[in-house]
Amino acid sequence: MARSVTTQRKVLFTASAWFVALLIFFPVLWTILTSFKTEASAVASPPEFLHADWTLVNYADVWARSDYPRFFLNSVIISVGSTLLGLVIAIPAAWSMAFVPGKRTKDLLMWMLSTKMMPSAAVLIPMYLIFQRTGLFDSRTGLVLALMLMNLPVIVWMLYTYFKEIPGEILEAARMDGASLRNEIIYVLTPMAVPGIASTMLLNIILAWNEAFWTITLTTVNAAPLSAFIASFSAPQGLFYAKLSAASTMAIAPILILGWFSQKQLVRGLTFGAVK
Amino acid sequence: MGKIVLKSVRKSFGEVDVIPGVNLTIDNGDFVVFVGPSGCGKSTLLRLIAGLEDTTSGNIEIDGKDATALPPAKRGLAMVFQSYALYPHMTVRKNIMFPLKMAGMDIGEATKRADAAANVLNLTAYMERRPGQLSGGQRQRVAIGRAIVREPAAFLFDEPLSNLDAALRVSMRQEITELHQQLKTTMIYVTHDQVEAMTMADKIVVLNAGRIEQVGSPLELYNKPDNTFVAGFIGSPKMNLIEGAEAAKLGAKTIGVRPEHLDVVSSGGWEGVVGLSEHLGSDTFLKVETTQVGTVNVRASGEMMMRHGDKIHLQPQAGKTHRFGTDGKAMA
Repeated sequence: MARSVTTQRKVLFTASAWFVALLIFFPVLWTILTSFKTEASAVASPPEFLHADWTLVNYADVWARSDYPRFFLNSVIISVGSTLLGLVIAIPAAWSMAFVPGKRTKDLLMWMLSTKMMPSAAVLIPMYLIFQRTGLFDSRTGLVLALMLMNLPVIVWMLYTYFKEIPGEILEAARMDGASLRNEIIYVLTPMAVPGIASTMLLNIILAWNEAFWTITLTTVNAAPLSAFIASFSAPQGLFYAKLSAASTMAIAPILILGWFSQKQLVRGLTFGAVK
Repeated sequence: MGKIVLKSVRKSFGEVDVIPGVNLTIDNGDFVVFVGPSGCGKSTLLRLIAGLEDTTSGNIEIDGKDATALPPAKRGLAMVFQSYALYPHMTVRKNIMFPLKMAGMDIGEATKRADAAANVLNLTAYMERRPGQLSGGQRQRVAIGRAIVREPAAFLFDEPLSNLDAALRVSMRQEITELHQQLKTTMIYVTHDQVEAMTMADKIVVLNAGRIEQVGSPLELYNKPDNTFVAGFIGSPKMNLIEGAEAAKLGAKTIGVRPEHLDVVSSGGWEGVVGLSEHLGSDTFLKVETTQVGTVNVRASGEMMMRHGDKIHLQPQAGKTHRFGTDGKAMA
């Protein structure tokens, strides 16, 4: 029997959900609002909410002061590049773990995930030195590699979960039909796992786009993405909140829009396999 | 051509011997059914022939050539799976053409073959649909179509009808038998359903715990079971296997009498009381508690008005009693 929910309860639940959602979204909203205020209005106390002096001057200043398109391009190349490279490595890895598991497959998966628990600062110095000595410092290639390695466990885990849902008999049928391992992955497994691969891709692009620790540490000028672009607006003379907010809004806007349009796919991807 | 020979084929998973060693010859054009209870190794044996599992030892020859180490695709066999195993993202046409595409066949020729297969299997109207839009029976036909177009040396069926409802199972059973008569290609069919085995096979291979208990035509197995296992497995309802004084009278450890070979008589024979009666119209099944041989099943032709608690006398038909020794094997 379906559980009956009273109207009162429904209203209460909906209101709570809205409250939590707004609470999470509030910092982003505040940043966007601040970016349209003058510097004086931005630091006014009590905070001005609806009667501030609205202006677009911050955007004009930020645009004039720095080369936004270059940072943007770097962000796109690094986040998309690291995700694609990660997929190329993770698809065969997840395939073997899902369809020809060994005795230690579960341990291997847990170990891969455990690397995500390592504090980044712990490997900062070796990473920095390796990058400097191999010429990868401040290069897009270097960051693509670094972020790919960082997100690889997540990609493998997600793909492994999707692949586990695909019946093994279908792959055996492909083998009987004469498909080589390569053709089996290209013509059968990958098309069947497209929804899973797409959500893995989206989530990892977002993770890589938002990554700040390594992208700021391992770049100076050439490969600096939008995270470094935001950081460059915290000047030694003090913080200019309105300009900083404008820069932040410009940095998060593309990924926010991407996330908004792909939210269905993302939610579906993240809950995949939860209910059979 | 499609002669398959298994020589001392053994398969073990870790320390467990699933197939302790099988020798079997399947002649070209035969319809062979592997039958046995769950876990008897029949599917594993089929998968060994298909190449989806590696043999632990022994040889598999297909058309005179050693195929033991060949990958599945190189064995020239086609398989139909229990779950149909269709590619859900492809249309029926693409599903059927997939093996031809993998073989690098010219698209024109591949289309021609797919259309011909669709025609045989009544799938022409569904060629542009996806598997998700088809019924269970249609899906199974697509799976068969995908197997036919390859023109394989032999077809392997792994419990292909288990997912279908009873009525559809009967009609698909007939379709597969007709297909065999039409194509005359070797078919190996795995099932746990002895009715399927009896109705479809030229030759039945009865398996138990990875061992072949008996190989023979359906009627050979029915009339001359080699041992108590085959006697009990082939035939529905099951053969009555009786031990004790009645068996000893005939010089055997166990005697077997099929339910249809027990006549209801007015006096003499085994005396008993009806426990359960099932009336199917064409037949009446009775479960009788006898004083001489314990519980026995009886199958009487037509409608027999017997109810719970009725007294009854049973007489085994002359020459229809099977005798088995202490080792469970049939006695001459």
